[in-house]
Amino acid sequence: MSISWRPHEADWYEASARERIAGLVDPDSFVEFLGPDQRAMSPHLAQFNLTGAFDDGLIVGRGTLDGQAVLLAAQEGRFLGGAFGEVHGAKLVGLLRGARAAAGTGGPKCVLLLLDTGGVRLQEANAGELSISETIRAIVEARLAGVAVVALIGGRSGAFGGGGIITACCSRIVVSQHARVSVSGPEVIETNKGVEEFDSKDRALVWRITGGRTRTLTGGADRYVKGRIRDFRQAAIELMTQAPPFTFETLAAEQRRLAERLQEYGECRDAPQLWRKSGLPEPERIAELSDDAFLAMARTKECKHDAR
Amino acid sequence: MEKFEVKGTNRRRAPGGRRQTITGVNASGNLEVMIERVLPDSECLVEVTTAVTGFRDIWYAVIEEFFERSAPGGLRFSINDGGARPDTVMLRLMQGVRLMEAPP
Repeated sequence: MSISWRPHEADWYEASARERIAGLVDPDSFVEFLGPDQRAMSPHLAQFNLTGAFDDGLIVGRGTLDGQAVLLAAQEGRFLGGAFGEVHGAKLVGLLRGARAAAGTGGPKCVLLLLDTGGVRLQEANAGELSISETIRAIVEARLAGVAVVALIGGRSGAFGGGGIITACCSRIVVSQHARVSVSGPEVIETNKGVEEFDSKDRALVWRITGGRTRTLTGGADRYVKGRIRDFRQAAIELMTQAPPFTFETLAAEQRRLAERLQEYGECRDAPQLWRKSGLPEPERIAELSDDAFLAMARTKECKHDAR
Repeated sequence: MEKFEVKGTNRRRAPGGRRQTITGVNASGNLEVMIERVLPDSECLVEVTTAVTGFRDIWYAVIEEFFERSAPGGLRFSINDGGARPDTVMLRLMQGVRLMEAPP
């Protein structure tokens, strides 16, 4: 019996990092760097009685997307919550530095970051924090060299902690309904500020605050897609050639936009308050709409920005 | 955490031309298995690193049954386990052999 599996039809949320790559890039084009057989594993986890992963939860390599050369990195959100450790981070930084180095000599013009992370791995926190900082610098330098860095987010771990900051540094951000992007996660906020500040068990609230739809409507994401791998592929194809120039004017415009957003909506306690203020119809129902209805909906002015 | 290995002898070479593959994820109740064609055709080996201690007898039983069912000559299986059930372990090992059947 032969089973035909069509990776691009699969659901991004349910797929593993390797399945996402298989469905995202052109068929059979992916070539992995430092693959699992190299056993570049965490040297720290064993002291905590934890088993590692042969790729340390991050897959890096090159491929083609619609015939164009790209570099890509995919986090496995189910291994330790996709969290950054020393080796994991070094692989990502190496990929981005490689992109920058090759940019002047006809290398790939785009890096795709398939983020799925809770942030820094607590067991190797110092190395993880350093690798987040190095990643941010490497993204900035790659963008300065003219490389588009596109974040694709829709996995179970979202993009939290340093992963949320890394997201905000990218040229373009693609999300699905499942995506969550933030810095401090709901449990962290609840632990530090109390349940009245943020009830992490209220799933609807968590998605209203950090979820893909809210991020799209507030200009925290550039493209909202339905959840299949091929939807992310289509968005990546369209966005990889549309990165804004990474200039002082771009950053100043983004700063102005964020300052205005804070002034206008800073007092709001929940997402529907924002939508009511910005004049969207039926603000309470936005979370319940189908993807098609959401995509067809009128936009807020915040999500029409082109600062990033 | 516990580490051990189980060796087997085999009548035949595992079919296919693939040199290496990986399946599964090291997550709670799951495991990753990397398969490499690096041994003589008459041998096979499963190396286990598991987060859960004290179940070595069950691992031996599952792996020996797997050797009997699929004859994976020439293959080395390396496992990082996050506490998978025996049926999941068997499924991943069988998946691994099947993936190695692909052309190189």
